Amino acid sequence: MQISPDGNLLDDLRSVLGDRVRDGDFELGLYGKDGSVLEGRPSLVCLPVNTDEVRQIVKICREHDRPFLARGSGTGLAGGAVPVGDPVIIATAKMNQILEVDLENRIAWVEPGVLNLDLTKELTPQGFHFAPDPSSQQVCSIGGNVANNSGGPHCLAYGVTSAHVAAIEVVLPDGSVTLLGDLAAEPPGYDLRGLFVGSEGTMGVATKVAVRLTPNPPAVRTLLLDFPDVRDGAATVSAIIAAGLIPAALEMMDKRAIEIVEAFVNAGYPTEADAVLLVELDGLPGGVEHGVEVVRSVAERHQVGNIRVAADNEERELLWKGRKNAFGAVARIKPDYYLHDTVVPRGKLVEVLEKVYKIADAYDLIAVNVFHAGDGNLHPILAYDSDEKGVLERVHAAGRAIVTASIEAGGVLSGEHGIGLEKRDYMGMLFSAHDMATQDLVREAFDPEGFANPLKVLPSGSRCSDSFGQHVPDGAWV
Amino acid sequence: MGVNPLGAAPQEVHQFSEEVGASDPVTVVGGKTQWNVGGAPDHSAREVTAPTGIWSHEPEEMTVRCGAGTTLLELSEQLARHSQMVPFDMAPNATVGGVLSVGRSGIRRLRYGHIRDLVLQIRHIDCNGKIVTSGGPTVKNVSGYDLCRLMVGSLGKLGCLAEVTLRCLPMPETTRWLTGNDDPFEIYARLYRPSSVLWNGEQVWVCLEGVSSDVEAEAALLDLTETEGPPQLPGDGRSSVQPKELRSLSADDTNWIAEIGVGIIHSDKPSKPQQVSKTNESLMRELERRLDPNGRLNPGRQVVPL
Repeated sequence: MQISPDGNLLDDLRSVLGDRVRDGDFELGLYGKDGSVLEGRPSLVCLPVNTDEVRQIVKICREHDRPFLARGSGTGLAGGAVPVGDPVIIATAKMNQILEVDLENRIAWVEPGVLNLDLTKELTPQGFHFAPDPSSQQVCSIGGNVANNSGGPHCLAYGVTSAHVAAIEVVLPDGSVTLLGDLAAEPPGYDLRGLFVGSEGTMGVATKVAVRLTPNPPAVRTLLLDFPDVRDGAATVSAIIAAGLIPAALEMMDKRAIEIVEAFVNAGYPTEADAVLLVELDGLPGGVEHGVEVVRSVAERHQVGNIRVAADNEERELLWKGRKNAFGAVARIKPDYYLHDTVVPRGKLVEVLEKVYKIADAYDLIAVNVFHAGDGNLHPILAYDSDEKGVLERVHAAGRAIVTASIEAGGVLSGEHGIGLEKRDYMGMLFSAHDMATQDLVREAFDPEGFANPLKVLPSGSRCSDSFGQHVPDGAWV
Repeated sequence: MGVNPLGAAPQEVHQFSEEVGASDPVTVVGGKTQWNVGGAPDHSAREVTAPTGIWSHEPEEMTVRCGAGTTLLELSEQLARHSQMVPFDMAPNATVGGVLSVGRSGIRRLRYGHIRDLVLQIRHIDCNGKIVTSGGPTVKNVSGYDLCRLMVGSLGKLGCLAEVTLRCLPMPETTRWLTGNDDPFEIYARLYRPSSVLWNGEQVWVCLEGVSSDVEAEAALLDLTETEGPPQLPGDGRSSVQPKELRSLSADDTNWIAEIGVGIIHSDKPSKPQQVSKTNESLMRELERRLDPNGRLNPGRQVVPL
């Protein structure tokens, strides 16, 4: 009797994980998707509980010549966790322990499946938090944050995930286990940690992460400013930064976003306004009050309507609830949405926003804009109904037009969601073939055969194997 | 090809790529302020210098783009006109490219973070004399692999830095240095994000920055006296530990100053090379082998201790 290669793979994985290997049709379907509009299908799903199990899964995958794909909560928006090439999924959901809170080093060691907000909730009573706060923070995992170098509203002042990760235990694509980075201030050698963060699972599987703890600010003020014209809101954003103030967060919502969010959370957002800015200032009380005054005076020079200052923490949370639930609220107008994540210079926000509206009109789609204005990170949401015939083609064409407009304005493809599968083929808009070949050489140092999350980040054919040194004649070296 | 009309490399970068060329060994020379880090370069290598000049500074974007050979003095003078800074805190004649290639942060890392987190985009010249762009010009970007962080601290062995785009920060309204003899760990725990806490086993120096009312309020929490600035660092010796391990330092006859909360110890003793694990060493050697197979970029220097 001949046993199929997949049968062997399943048996070998079961011998390590028992029933924590899943091959049911329904589950394989679930793990075929993430937060993007893309879809694939894994061959099997593994749910390891520790580093050694991850190591054994990787070893077994290699023996069967099968790629693998590490997956956190699957909230990624660029298709980074969508399986391509029949991989085995290594889901980190059961690796969800906060292992150690080391207050003296201001570090917490966590497993990759720990949810972002759970970590901050654990730390808050001790006076600290984990600074990256993506809108999906209730459900997204730290491992996913590391893979995508995630941001969030508060990374305007505090920086993205890379600045908040000191060390990562990684199972490399060859099955060896290593520690990248260190708790010591200046680990020797190249910054492999910095390279791994944001590599979208293509350089190995993170199995433990040492995250930096940020002290909770002694004072916080949250303001909601409304504007009769979106242009005034955008000009206020630039003017606040130009005044030398970097708020903890500086978010913008357009008219349609205000309407749907208000109907969803009843936060008292001004539905008659053309745009609102949600501004948060934190730190020591003097700096915060100074910041409030700067924001106020800048906004008054730009035709601000009302300035609402949250009176207490309850009101602050309500204002943030509106912002952080905006994507979900889009379901009130259309069941599906697709969003991009380009970044443009702050001074180009208005120009690019106007193009976004025109593009949406041209493709008969609804555009909703809720975004990190302070760092120029747009999140144009294209709302649609997937039952509508041919709509996805229009959505993709509009998405491409938005990306092109952003890059023409001096911007980049992605601010915080990553490249994944969705934007892989756009990389050539930003980088030359030689730039991408160089990036691929770096990736290959970790994974020459392409076992880890294959076919992501770089378009296929990025490698030009003869471009590095090999054409140099023998004897040219001293 | 990219569609970004703003993205083209300036002429100076093209000239540098020709200067670096594709064949013989080269050593990039900056301000030579940290010249001995990683060992002396091979004498046989041809010396090259990176282009200089501030090519764009957009105060409202808080970004600055300059040649890697630009000195910190020139950079800080330009930024100061708009009350901005890049907190490298190194010698004024050090170059931007040199500071990043060495990858050591200044004494305000406690507040401003590692210098690598200030880098937005890098153009480097690779071993074939070709220009490579990584990162992006905006203040936030995750497009592609993070080669910028890899280049910081690489001593030019993976590529010669040609052009750098940095994130600027607003200059604080007030900067005050205080000194005294209190426990540095208690001081650090009591303050909210001080810019620097330095300690030599007996004496402590604290840097507070922000609006003056906050600086005064925080200073009032401490029993310290005003001083002009940070102490003179004892020498070129530098070692790195976990922040909490600084507690075990004692005021013996060695001359040292530690960065509390960070884990750097400056001393007059030569630095001991730190070991890299076998697995990491082989990853690092792979990177070197792939990006510079013939070892022509800054030969002699060692990022990975032998």
